[in-house]
This record gives sequence, C-alpha cells and structure tokens, in this order.
Amino acid sequence: MNCFSVKNLNLHYGEMHALIDIHFDMKYREITALIGPSGCGKSTFLRTLNRMNDLVEGCRVEGSVRLFDEDIYTMPDVSMLRKRVGMVFQKPNPFPMSVFDNVAYGPRTHGVRSRQELEMIVEKSLRDAAIWDEVKDRLKKPAMSLSGGQQQRLCIARALAVSPEVLLLDEPTSALDPLSTAKIEELLRELRSKYSVVIVTHNMQQAAHISDKTAFFLLGELVEQGDTKELFENPRDERTAEYISVKVSAPQAACAAPVDIPARLAG
Amino acid sequence: MTGMKIKENIMKWLVWASIALTAATLAFIVLFVVVKGLPYLKPSLFSLTYNSVNVSLTPALISTVILTALALVIAVPFGVFASIFLVEYAKRGSKIVKFIRAMSETLAGIPSIVFGLFGMLFFVTFLGFGFSVLSGALTLAIMVLPIVLRSSEEALLAVPDSLREGSLSLGAGKLRTIFKVVLPAAAPGIFGGVILSSGRVVGETAALIYTAGTVAQIPYSPLQSARTLSVHMYALSGESLHVGEGYATAIVLLVLVAVINVASSAILKRANRNRI
Ligand SMILES: Nc1ncnc2c1ncn2[C@@H]1O[C@H](COP(=O)(O)OP(=O)(O)OP(=O)(O)O)[C@@H](O)[C@H]1O
Ligand SMILES: [Mg+2]
Repeated sequence: MNCFSVKNLNLHYGEMHALIDIHFDMKYREITALIGPSGCGKSTFLRTLNRMNDLVEGCRVEGSVRLFDEDIYTMPDVSMLRKRVGMVFQKPNPFPMSVFDNVAYGPRTHGVRSRQELEMIVEKSLRDAAIWDEVKDRLKKPAMSLSGGQQQRLCIARALAVSPEVLLLDEPTSALDPLSTAKIEELLRELRSKYSVVIVTHNMQQAAHISDKTAFFLLGELVEQGDTKELFENPRDERTAEYISVKVSAPQAACAAPVDIPARLAG
Repeated sequence: MTGMKIKENIMKWLVWASIALTAATLAFIVLFVVVKGLPYLKPSLFSLTYNSVNVSLTPALISTVILTALALVIAVPFGVFASIFLVEYAKRGSKIVKFIRAMSETLAGIPSIVFGLFGMLFFVTFLGFGFSVLSGALTLAIMVLPIVLRSSEEALLAVPDSLREGSLSLGAGKLRTIFKVVLPAAAPGIFGGVILSSGRVVGETAALIYTAGTVAQIPYSPLQSARTLSVHMYALSGESLHVGEGYATAIVLLVLVAVINVASSAILKRANRNRI
C-alpha cells in the first residue's frame, strides 16, 4: 500500500518553478531519505506533504498528492491532515512552556482534556522519542532549559503525541552535535517499525544508515528514487552517481561517520 | 600603541563619568525631594478626605491608581489586538500596515497638552462626560495607545516563525497558535510596554487638567472629577502655602513608581521562570 503517492507535482514560488513534475511513491512504514544539493527543493517538497507551503505567499501547487488514496489538496480540513502528517524542523523549536505542556500541546489541540490521558500520552511519546529517562523528573521545567539535542528529541516527541501516520523531518540533526545526532539516528531506526518517515538529510552516511528508500533531487527535479542500497551502489542516473561520489569522498562527510559513534559510546 | 592605550583610558573615564553623572543626578533629585518633603510627611497628609488645611494626598493616590488602571484597561486590549492584526493577519509590508504605523508614530510624537485639548473638546464637551475620571482615562488611553501598539508589535515580530510553524504543523489553527504560543512568547515585551505606559499615565498632568479636572476627592463614579498625584503636586506647588506638602507628595509618587517597577520586574522574573 502506498502511504504517499505524488503525481505530476509542480510548485511555483511566484515566477520561480521550484518543483518540476515530481513523481514520488512511498510505502507504509518505510523510511525515505531525500538527498540533493542545497536549494534543489527538498524542504519545499517535504512541506507540500503536509501543506505547510499553504502559508507561503505566492506559492502555487499543481498535480496530485495522495495520502492513502486521499488527495490532500482537496481535503477540507488542513488541521486533520497535519495531525496525520507530523513534522520536525531543522532547528529545535520547543514552545516557551514546560516539557509536559509542549508534548501535551498537540493532543490538547485535538480535544484531549483528561489529565490522566494526557499524562499517559506524554509519557508514551517521550519514551518513543528516547528522552523519557532524561526528562521524567523535570516535566514541569521549561523546555528551553533542555540541551539542543534534548530539545530536538522533545520536538519529535511532541510530533509523535498526536499519533501521526507519517513523520516528516527536515534535516533534524544538522544543528546538533555528533552525540545527539547519533541518538536521534538510533531513534529513527526504531521508529520505522511504527511510522512512515520522510527525512531530508545532507549527510550521505545518515541516509545510507537509516533509510529504506532514497530519493535524489536536483534543481527542482526528482532525478532518481529507489532502494537506498541500490541507489548508493548502482545509481541508474549519472547525475546521482556524480553527486554521491563527490559527497561520499568529501572530507567532512567522511569524518562525520555517525555509524561508529554509538559503538564507541557503548564500549 | 601608547596612543591606543591613552584613547582606551579616555574612553573608560568618559564612560565612568557619564555613569557617575547619571547616578548623581538621580540621587540628587531624590535627595532634594526627600529633604524638602520629609518634614511635611505627617499623618494628616494621609487623611481620608482632603481639605485646604490638611491638603491630604489620599484621594489623589487612590485616583491615580483608578485612573491608571482604567486607562490601561482601555488602551491595552486595543493596542495588543491592533498589533496582532498588523503582525499576524495583515500582509507584511502592505499599505494598511504602513499607514497604521505612520499614524501611531505621529500620535506618539504629539505633545500631551494637545491630547488634553482634544479630550476636553471631544470627551468632556461633545460626548458630555464632563471633567471626569472617564474623560481623563479615555484621553490618556489614546495617548499611550501608540506605546502599547508599538511595543507589542515589536514583541510579536520578535517571536520566531519557527514557533508558529511548530504549532501549525501539529494541526493547531491560527487563533490557537496566536493565543497559546505566540502571545505567551511575546508577553514579556508586551508587559514592558504596559509598564512604560503606566509610567506615562502616572506622570501626566497637562492632559488631565483639562479632562479629569482637579477636584481632590475619591471618585465614586467614573463621571466624577478627580486629580492624580501629579496633578495634586502641580496644584500644591501653585499655592505658595503648601509647597512643602508638594514635596511630601512627590516622595509618595516616587515610592509609587518604585513599587510599580519592582512589582513588574518580579512579575517578569516569575513569568520567565517558565520559559528560559
Ligand atoms: N518561501 C520561498 N519563497 C520563494 N522562494 C523560495 C521559498 N522557499 C524556498 N525557495 C526557493 O526554492 C528553492 C528550493 O528551496 P528549498 O528550501 O526547498 O531547498 P532545499 O533543497 O531544502 O535546500 P537546503 O538543502 O539548503 O535546505 C530554492 O531556490 C529557494 O530559493
Ligand atoms: Mg532545506
């Protein structure tokens, strides 16, 4: 079953043609990584999947984006769509309230009032985001008092608290130190048994490490989409091959090596 | 090299000198007022009713609190909601935003006596409120509206869009986003504007003399005339008999302002404990 199915998607920012004729499919409970150079439209594409681009003035979207066979651009209730398709941003953006209230914000928005139920949801979400042990004694503390990496996992917990079907992540680790990055990668690998995930990343190792499928964007086009292993080892398109070879041999990409970090920490 | 050093030293001395001058000016004013006023700070000054012998400040003190509260209750909602419109709903940089901003800046630059005159013609005479607390509060509300508007506009603009996006991405609507996320984040800035406004109201005389009048009584209805502490001081200093009591009133006014400042920073600190 296709979780997301995108056909003939074109997006304009005013005069600028930012997404060109995108075809994209994504299966239920799979992690898809979006890779590509800066400015190629990864974030723009991600934001069409929960209609966050509706907020951008002068932005026009054509084509069809289906979530489990429902066209999301004809849905009457954007808020329902966003409940089903959660999003985590590049920079952690906790609300200026307590840890508990941050996670409870979504459920409260959708009508959960009982304290008991809220407490249950908050604990479960924080556990799922692998941050429960670190914050269980400071649920009443302001969210801003957490470290950057904790804040980002809190934001993931906040997104999970409305039980979305899909989770969109836009470079969730690019503002974080290697240790926090490793924790979040670990977490994403666990999440894939429960959620469908789309993640934008600039880090090839990250893409290779955590995703089932990878899609390569270039200049507003989706050049190639396929099994991650396949795409990295035998890219069909030469533009993909070129991008991957340059990226993987680049020194800063090589020394990031997030794969090793958990092992070293464990040892 | 030594040239740099000398310059640095001169800068350092200039900085210290300006700090000392500022502190000294403030200290001098406070000391002057206290020395002049303390001998007159007698219990009779705090009698419940005013007469020309005791020149009690109690009615003025109560009127100040009432008038300030009333002016803020009128101005703050208008200012905050207008700023919400400007920042959250109007297109950024649109004509109406520019127009309203220009209007409020002009309003902020008008001398208070002009507001007084307008208040007298409009609220006192045309609407028939007479010289009253209501006329005074309405006039001062208009006077401080630009301060409230401006500070809450700036506070809202300073709230990063990432917070709005975070809320919307959880399925919250625009109203919920504004009231649950944006306004709480902007609250300290808005509050600062409110405190600034209360300072303007407490210190105002010119605009009040022509709108609230100068009757020294505790107002039992918004349509009664009343004088604030500042107006009271102005009136006393006009009568050569009670200049000393005027200084004593100034002490009370200083204490009132200090209390407002301390209370507001305490409130801010409390609020900040929940965010940073
Ligand atoms: N709000 C906007 N208005 C106009 N143009 C925009 C807007 N947002 C993005 N663009 C343009 O659309 C193109 C794609 O931007 P996008 O942010 O999707 O790239 P990206 O692949 O996410 O890049 P990065 O890796 O740097 O995050 C860019 O050329 C960008 O300048
Ligand atoms: Mg991006």
